[in-house]
Amino acid sequence: MDKSKLGTHISQQFNEELEDIRTRVMNMGGLVEQQLSDAIKAMTTLDATLAEVVVSNDFKVNALEVAIDEECTQILARRQPAASDLRLVIAVIKTITDLERIGDEAERIGRMALHFAEAGGNTKMLAGISHLGELALKMLHASLDTFARMDADAAVEVVHKDIKIDQEYESVLRSLMTYMMEDNRAIPVVVNIMWSARALERIGDRSKNICEYVIYLVKGKDVRHTSMDKVADDARSFKGNEEK
Amino acid sequence: MNKEAQLTHGMKMDELDRPASKTDKEQEETCLEVNNLNLFYSEKQALSDINMVMARNRVTAFIGPSGCGKSTLLRCFNRMNDLVDGVRIEGGISLDGENIFDKTINVAELRRRVGMVFQKPNPFPKTIYENVAYGMRLQGVKDKRQLDESIKKALQGAALWDEVKDRLHESALGLSGGQQQRLVIARAIAVEPEVLLLDEPASALDPISTLKIEELIYELKDRYTIVIVTHNMQQAARVSDYTAFMYMGELIEYDDTNTLFTNPSRKKTEDYITGRYG
Repeated sequence: MDKSKLGTHISQQFNEELEDIRTRVMNMGGLVEQQLSDAIKAMTTLDATLAEVVVSNDFKVNALEVAIDEECTQILARRQPAASDLRLVIAVIKTITDLERIGDEAERIGRMALHFAEAGGNTKMLAGISHLGELALKMLHASLDTFARMDADAAVEVVHKDIKIDQEYESVLRSLMTYMMEDNRAIPVVVNIMWSARALERIGDRSKNICEYVIYLVKGKDVRHTSMDKVADDARSFKGNEEK
Repeated sequence: MNKEAQLTHGMKMDELDRPASKTDKEQEETCLEVNNLNLFYSEKQALSDINMVMARNRVTAFIGPSGCGKSTLLRCFNRMNDLVDGVRIEGGISLDGENIFDKTINVAELRRRVGMVFQKPNPFPKTIYENVAYGMRLQGVKDKRQLDESIKKALQGAALWDEVKDRLHESALGLSGGQQQRLVIARAIAVEPEVLLLDEPASALDPISTLKIEELIYELKDRYTIVIVTHNMQQAARVSDYTAFMYMGELIEYDDTNTLFTNPSRKKTEDYITGRYG
C-alpha cells in the first residue's frame, strides 16, 4: 500500500474518511511529540512552569485518542473495509493506543520534573537523561515519519534504533546507581530520575511498536514478537501487492 | 521465544498448537478440478485458461464484477452451458477425478450429483411436499414412507422443516422469498448431491433471510462441497473458506478467504475488494 492510493476509492466520502483518520493520527503524533519535548526540557532545565503545562495538557492527547477510536469504529461499522483499507484502520487503532501511552509517559516525566525542580535537584545527575531523552524524541519522530510516509523500509531501520535506547538506558541506570551509593540522602531524588529514564526507555519500545504497525500496514505482515533480523527479512521479502 | 518460555506465561499448550484460522490448501481433498478451461460464446471468449482445484466439504466463493465469467464458470460444473447455443468449451473439468465432458457421462446423473440453486427462488407451482419429492420421483422412488422420510430430512437439512411441517401440502408459492429459497435448496439436497452450486442465492432476499441462508451454507458444508457466486463481497468473506477473484474471464487470484480479504497479492484484487477504480 502506498500513500497515494488512499484517495482512489470510488466512494469519495470513504477517501475523505480514511484521509481524515490519517491526518488526525499525525496531529495526535505532533501533540505527543510536543508534550515529550516539553517534558524533557522541563526536566533538564528545572522549569516547573513548563512541567505544569505538560501535566495539564495530557487530557488533549487522551481526548484525541477517544475521538479517533470512535471514527475508526464508525468506519468499520459503515464501510467494512478490506485489505489495505482494513489494515490502515487496524494500524491506526493500535498506533493511537501507543501514542496515548507515550503521552502518559511524557506526563509522568513532567510530574517528576515538577518534584525535581521543587526539591532543587542537582542538574549534574541529569546529563544522562538529557541524552536518553534526545534519543527517545528522535525515535518517536522517526516512527511518526514512517507512518506519515507509509515507508516500511524506513520503519525497519527505526525498529533497530530501539537497541541503542536500551543500551543508553542501561548506562544511565549505572551512573544513577553511583550517585545513590555516594550519598544516601540523594536516593529519593535519584529514584525519581530513574523513573523518568524508565519512561523514556518505554517510549522507545512504543515507538518501535508504531513502526511494526507501519510494516503491517504496508506489507500485510505481522512482525511483532520476532527478532530484528526476521523483521528486516520479512519486510524485504514480503512484497505485498506492490509490484504486481 | 521457545515454547517452554511461552508456557511459563500461563498459556495453554493447545492454545499454542492451534493453527491460525487459515485453511491449509495442501491438506484438502480435491472435489472439482478445472484444467486449462476456455469457453467461447460463438466467437467471444468468456473464460480464458482457468485452472483451479476446489476442495471437498469446503465453500468456495467466486467474486468479480458483472460479466467477468463467474456464473459462466459455475454453470460449467453441471454442464448447464450445454443448453446455450453456440457455446464451445476447451479444456476439462473433473469431478472426483472423472472428466465431466466425457462422452460416457450421463448428464442427468451429473446434474443430480451437482445440484444448483439460482438467484430468484424458483419453486414449482406445486405443494411444498411435491417440490421436494420431485427429484426423487424422477429417480423412480415410489415408496411413500421412504419419500416422507427423505423429504423430512431434506427440509430439516435446509432449516425449513419447523416452519413448514404443518403445511406440507399447501402451495409452495405461498412461502416467503427466503422460505422459497430454502425450499429450493431442500429440493436440491433431496437427491443427495455431492456438490451444490449457488448462483447469487441470497441477492433477492432481505437481510434476515440472507443470514439464514448463510447459516445454512455453513451447516451444509459438512456434507456437500459448495461453490457460490456472489456480488456481495462481505457475504463471500463471511461464508467461504476459499475465494476466487475473476476479472474479464480470467482467474486473477484464488486463495484462502482470510488472506484474500486481508492481504491479497494482486493489485487488481485489492482494487476490487477495496472499492477502487480498476
